[in-house]
Amino acid sequence: MTTAAAPRISADDLDATFAALADRTRRAMIAKLARGEATVLELGEPHDMSQPAISKHLKVLERAGLITRSRDAQRRPCRLEPRRLKLVADWVLSYREFWEQSYSRLDEVLQELQGQPKEKTKEKSHVTVIKKARSHRRSR
Amino acid sequence: MSPSSKKLEVIADPAKPTIVTRRTFDAPRTLVFDAWTKPELMKRWLGPRALEMVLCEVDLRVGGGYRYVHRAPDGQEFGFHGTYREIARPDRLVSTFVFELFPDAEAVDTLELEERDGKTTVTTTTVHTTMQARDGHLAAGMELGMEEGYARLDELLPQMKRAA
Repeated sequence: MTTAAAPRISADDLDATFAALADRTRRAMIAKLARGEATVLELGEPHDMSQPAISKHLKVLERAGLITRSRDAQRRPCRLEPRRLKLVADWVLSYREFWEQSYSRLDEVLQELQGQPKEKTKEKSHVTVIKKARSHRRSR
Repeated sequence: MSPSSKKLEVIADPAKPTIVTRRTFDAPRTLVFDAWTKPELMKRWLGPRALEMVLCEVDLRVGGGYRYVHRAPDGQEFGFHGTYREIARPDRLVSTFVFELFPDAEAVDTLELEERDGKTTVTTTTVHTTMQARDGHLAAGMELGMEEGYARLDELLPQMKRAA
């Protein structure tokens, strides 16, 4: 299924990103980095973890394209890459659009079935029953 | 009904291969359940407007199945099918779901309907076998959904409602 509006994120990238986000320590790191860059030490601070364990988490985030680490200074601060997070968010959003559009059509169908059923007598009799049940509930 | 109550919630858990959606409809749940299971109604809403549902077959029995096919404006067709596992009209419907482009990735869909004051809240839970399958499903929905100009549709909708 390829269209002009194809997603700008590959299945492999999505896998890596979701796998990276499927861990509360790494999500906490992302949350911290959302407030600005931080060093490995700073990122490890809230977690009861060894330095190698922290580094391992950061490597996962880096491979997933969620963070970058500058090479220059000794501090090597980590920085959030918002672009990748946005791609993931966009991708979930588009699924939402698929269903929003379906459901907006369903609204119309339901409205018509309850309000002014057209020529479909089969549905009309069915709707009558439902409306009766509905008014019954309301009267209670 | 205020627009906010018709807001669609979509939850894709990063740790589990599931997708949960929740939405409220201004109709009793018997009607909503039927819209989900009667081919003549499914054809009218399931999928974006740009796609025509050219086939829809339903055998609404436990162990029975369904199949529907969408056709895109470019003629490409996308088939979906599944088997009903649990039918409890109008509360609950459990079925398998296969997007025929990925025939090995069978998911399980659960539809749950709760009615309050004549309005029905629909919760769908799709459980995929793997994260990859889940992601493929989401990505496919994205491509189909993006084929249309939503802004234009937003303008058209009220007119279409009035004409109906």
